[in-house]
Amino acid sequence: MAQRSDITHKYLRAKKKFPNVWCAGCGIGIVMGSLIRAIDKLELDRDNVTLVSGIGCSSRLPVYLDFNTLHTTHGRALAFATGVKLANPKMHVIVITGDGDALAIGGNHFIHSARRNMDITCILINNMIYGMTGGQFSPTTPTDSYASTAPYGNKEYPFDIPKLAEAAGATYVARGTVYHVTQLDQLIYDGIKKRGFSLIEAFSNCHTYFGRLNRLGDSVKMLEDMKRNALPLKAAAKMPPEKVQGKLLTGVFCDIEREEYCDRYDALIQSLQGK
Amino acid sequence: MAGNVRLIQGNEAVAEGAMIGGLRFFGGYPITPSTEIAEILARRLPKVGGKFIQMEDEIASVGAIIGASLAGSKSMTATSGPGFSLMVEGIGYAYMAEVPTVIVNVQRGGPSTGLPTKVSQSDTMQARWGTHGDYIAIALAPQSVRETIDLTVRAMNLAEVYRTPVTLLTDEVLGHMREKVTLPEEGELEVINRQKPDVPASWYKHFEITPNFKSPMASFGDGYRFHVTGLTHDEEGFPTNKSVEILAKLTKLRNKIMRYLDDICQIETDGMEDAHVAVYAYGIVARAARQAVQMARARRMKVGQIRPITIWPSHDKKYKEIFSSKNLEAVIVAELNQGQLVYEVQRLVPKHVEVVSLNRFDSELITPAQILNKIKEVR
Repeated sequence: MAQRSDITHKYLRAKKKFPNVWCAGCGIGIVMGSLIRAIDKLELDRDNVTLVSGIGCSSRLPVYLDFNTLHTTHGRALAFATGVKLANPKMHVIVITGDGDALAIGGNHFIHSARRNMDITCILINNMIYGMTGGQFSPTTPTDSYASTAPYGNKEYPFDIPKLAEAAGATYVARGTVYHVTQLDQLIYDGIKKRGFSLIEAFSNCHTYFGRLNRLGDSVKMLEDMKRNALPLKAAAKMPPEKVQGKLLTGVFCDIEREEYCDRYDALIQSLQGK
Repeated sequence: MAGNVRLIQGNEAVAEGAMIGGLRFFGGYPITPSTEIAEILARRLPKVGGKFIQMEDEIASVGAIIGASLAGSKSMTATSGPGFSLMVEGIGYAYMAEVPTVIVNVQRGGPSTGLPTKVSQSDTMQARWGTHGDYIAIALAPQSVRETIDLTVRAMNLAEVYRTPVTLLTDEVLGHMREKVTLPEEGELEVINRQKPDVPASWYKHFEITPNFKSPMASFGDGYRFHVTGLTHDEEGFPTNKSVEILAKLTKLRNKIMRYLDDICQIETDGMEDAHVAVYAYGIVARAARQAVQMARARRMKVGQIRPITIWPSHDKKYKEIFSSKNLEAVIVAELNQGQLVYEVQRLVPKHVEVVSLNRFDSELITPAQILNKIKEVR
């Protein structure tokens, strides 16, 4: 653990930006730790890492880290990231976003980024609610769950994030949780390493709003529920469908090879310039 | 020397100017009547190692060019009214985060989807006040195809020098009209690149408030590792709620443009020395105004012309001088809208000078005869 903290501290804007904005017990900090360990293990040159985020609790993450960091407008992180990456393909571009940011206001950019297959790693922290604005329902809030704008229960159906990303064309799609940290480290590591659009859903807890409004208990209780409810894809494959029903499937949903956008564009430049 | 003479349309001229100005990134979304700009740059940019990308909408387009500019590329997008409406979110961001960007608005008739293939100047005020919050916009407007080349380069230069979004306001007629143009010789037009920092990374502040309000700009990947946000921020780019820092930031954003009006603002005048009546018009309408003024002069009427080339910001002091011309009795403001720039003129003329609006918004151009008739009316 001490060694883990040492790694984390190397990458923090420790003197400038702390304390952070998150509630005590929030899962976003755990995702931040996983991201740092993945980057450290990959030995990326931090001058060549750009973190891009939109608006919301999860999108506050980049400001705490000592990389190139870009906090954009609501939903647009992937659009800004597309510009950074195409202008400088050497850059490792990692987008930090949330369920509202990526799938509601940014839904169009999300599917088109997956389709375009630029080498961008998108870490979508899904806590099933808008936290920063005070607990409104999001595109991943389960049907009949409560939110401040769903006082009688949510009438809508949620997105299945991995299915959406895979159908839109992402080359790497995975889901982890903030309880299963070792796995999350690995999924983010593999996602960054993948040359193409990667989507890692990091399932997280918002005990402050989602937990309170739905009587799910505190942070610890929600993490325990995550532990109980998560089911690795490989194990699920061997189980009868009725036992898989209602479980949170984790692991790698999709890992395919498709030529990356910037590589294709660079090849075009080379051929036009007769090289 | 004959030079490189070509017959090109205004939208081709934007692309020509962009290539001369050193454009290396274009992100756009198809919209009439601007689309040719994207089509030409899709062909030309990769040949020089530049990047073209067609985004999923205009919000994404402006986002992509901001990202690319932060990564070090001179960046541009082109659109028309409905697309410009979507882009104002990003324009506000680029202003707040001080990112050089150029947005071309080939104006068509509005409101809403309006008249995709017809001329208009009805986005004049949108170019000034489009995004939310207080801000100072820069917008330039050419009147000819050749001037479109020159002002595209100038828009890029101003964006780089002042680290701010710059709008180039053309229109459907100018965009699609073909004119004989002598292309600029190499080196004929000045091309300015952004100032880069020369300090060690630990000293660098991406949003430093300097005595001349200009702060050097590192790119992502240069080793400076700075933070950029649309939230009100301190000199290092970190969000702030301290009123002292808020005031300093917002004042800097204002001063870095308003202290340089003499450099930014171009106004052309003709015959104002003895003019009793002045015609004030920009862009394509200024062409008709010029002819009307010549016709009036031929009839021995003392008429002058004022043509704003820089539409925004307004150089109030200069305009007040022009409007104080000793014989001036009336200013005719001719616009292809229901009256927008006329408010600027009303604000700046001396009390005894009458301001007369000449508006057309039936999708046709204002003719020289219309302006001449108005001159006769007010005289």
